[in-house]
Amino acid sequence: MNPDAVPPDRPESFRAAPVPRRSSLLLLPALAWLGLFFFVPLALMLAISFASRGTYGGVVWTLSLANYANVLDPLYVKVFLRSVLLASVTTVLCLALGFPIAYYIARLPARRQGIWLLLVMIPFWTNFLIRTYAWIFMLRTEGLMNQVLAGLGLIGSPVDVLYTEMAIVIGLVYGYLPFMILPLSAAVERLPPSLVEAAWDLYASRWAVLWRVIVPLTKPGLVAGCTLVFIPSLGAFMTPDLMGGARTMMIGNLIQHEFLVARDWPFGSAIALVLMVSVLLGLAIYLRAERAGTRLAAGG
Amino acid sequence: MAESSVELRDVSKRHGDTRAVDRVSLVIRRGEFFAILGPSGSGKTTLLRMLAGFESPDAGDILIDGRSVRGVPPNQRPVNLVFQTYALFPHLTVAGNIAFGLEMRRLPRADIAARVEEALDMVRLQGKQDRLPAQLSGGEQQRVAVARALVNRPAVLLLDEPLGALDQQLRTDMQVELKTIQERVGLTFICVTHHQEEALTMSDRVAVMRQGRLLQVGSPRDIYEAPQSAFVANFIGRSNSLTGRIEMVSGLRCTVRAADLPAADPVVAACPAGAGIGSPATLMLRPERLHLSADVQVDGYDNMLPARVSKAIYNGSETQYLLALSDRLSWQVLIPNAGNGQKRFQPGESVFLRWRADEAVVLSE
Repeated sequence: MNPDAVPPDRPESFRAAPVPRRSSLLLLPALAWLGLFFFVPLALMLAISFASRGTYGGVVWTLSLANYANVLDPLYVKVFLRSVLLASVTTVLCLALGFPIAYYIARLPARRQGIWLLLVMIPFWTNFLIRTYAWIFMLRTEGLMNQVLAGLGLIGSPVDVLYTEMAIVIGLVYGYLPFMILPLSAAVERLPPSLVEAAWDLYASRWAVLWRVIVPLTKPGLVAGCTLVFIPSLGAFMTPDLMGGARTMMIGNLIQHEFLVARDWPFGSAIALVLMVSVLLGLAIYLRAERAGTRLAAGG
Repeated sequence: MAESSVELRDVSKRHGDTRAVDRVSLVIRRGEFFAILGPSGSGKTTLLRMLAGFESPDAGDILIDGRSVRGVPPNQRPVNLVFQTYALFPHLTVAGNIAFGLEMRRLPRADIAARVEEALDMVRLQGKQDRLPAQLSGGEQQRVAVARALVNRPAVLLLDEPLGALDQQLRTDMQVELKTIQERVGLTFICVTHHQEEALTMSDRVAVMRQGRLLQVGSPRDIYEAPQSAFVANFIGRSNSLTGRIEMVSGLRCTVRAADLPAADPVVAACPAGAGIGSPATLMLRPERLHLSADVQVDGYDNMLPARVSKAIYNGSETQYLLALSDRLSWQVLIPNAGNGQKRFQPGESVFLRWRADEAVVLSE
């Protein structure tokens, strides 16, 4: 017998050992939780979306596509498009603000990195509602921002920021910036500094270093950060509700309105499902394009 | 055109409290393969990074092709660096990596393609241009790194421990290959290494550094045969040393009495310039220049010392003997292994060590 062969009592156990059957029991609590509190309500929502509203706000079990047809009403399409626009602006701003911060943090020595990441996360220790009210306090007509600007003589009369789309974007960027910084700094940390130096040594300008080396190599972090900011921004309802006032409705407010004010659960469910499916579709298209791109780069 | 490719004038650089590079002046000739050799922490990598432009000297000046490069960023210097870790772009193919510098300088597409092709030929990677770096072996990655730098035809090619990550066999092959490439392209190569064999085999000249200072600059032969300090003698190859005082001078020869040897055994060596009777001297002797015999022989060797074999280590091409000359002094000797008739010594055996007076390098401090 070949002396190098694996002894028979240890059959190939070193690589790709199959997960013992009993270990999969570990998944059970999580699966039960997900099934009970995610898939069941989701299925319920799907069912309700085909029903119709009763006279007093109940659910009447009819089978119709009327709710989905209703979503295509220009009024709602406009809300949907506005939400996409505001979420996109929020994502771009988070990226523009977050990338330099993430890069800075990732290049610090490990000990000081921890302090900075802590600073990024500290706002989470305070209730989001309270932080939003703090922003309202700062942005309102007689608020801190206008007082400072007037005091510096930069403006004659107060500027109205609160209850505009700009206020919504400020609130969303503030709220979701950490979700951009955390995955990005992890991605930058995995980028060896020597690659940046190599590009620089090979005549790349600072912009070329960024676009040709840093961006392509931190892409997983960029995608993760943008997804983590865009999706919750798209469905946000508290920030637009409190900071956007009554004039600017986002899709999150619409859903909230249908469920709680109009008491039209079937229509609310239909909007929510359309939102979810379009986000999933967007991600799927992106991932497919990405995989095709990688295959192309690898030379087939 | 200036004869010097790179000139360092009194260059110093501090890292915190340590002088990483301490008043180094050096002229590197055009088309020369120049090695900077030193242990880790000797400042050789800092020196290289200053040439590449990643760090700037605190004092002194660096000239490349006769022009000062003070304040010139790396992307505007006519030098390219082969990184120790290769630093290949993992998202670009072999061809994409090699073309990177040319694309950044906005050369016409056709020129880029032709030069990439030529570079692939030179490092013998034809047919691998569409691979990603992760799909290459260590040696192939190393060749891509060299091609990526050379394709730009820099005035100076910098190499940072270029063979450090390769295994022994590949390392030896690449030493020859790098030297061949350098001779073919005729560019100035500056190679930083802590590996003395690498420095000796590849380079035209070697500079030895220690603690930020330049100890000695010369051809590999000079450095090996005529080290000017005990550090150089011990760092480049192996060396036996003997310290004592000069007892007698007669013409070009002197007699040295060693502190660690019995009084009956003075040693004859070439006399260092300016040394007088009573001045201290250190003799450095290469292990392969010593001869061993079982009994007393007087056949043209100037020195003969009795010793006892404490260990015999068979290395394949040679046998390394560790010898005790006295209680405090032990030396090593390398004897090439010959055929069956060769006398082999066993531990515990008494032997005689013999060498000619001019085989020893005498350092007088």
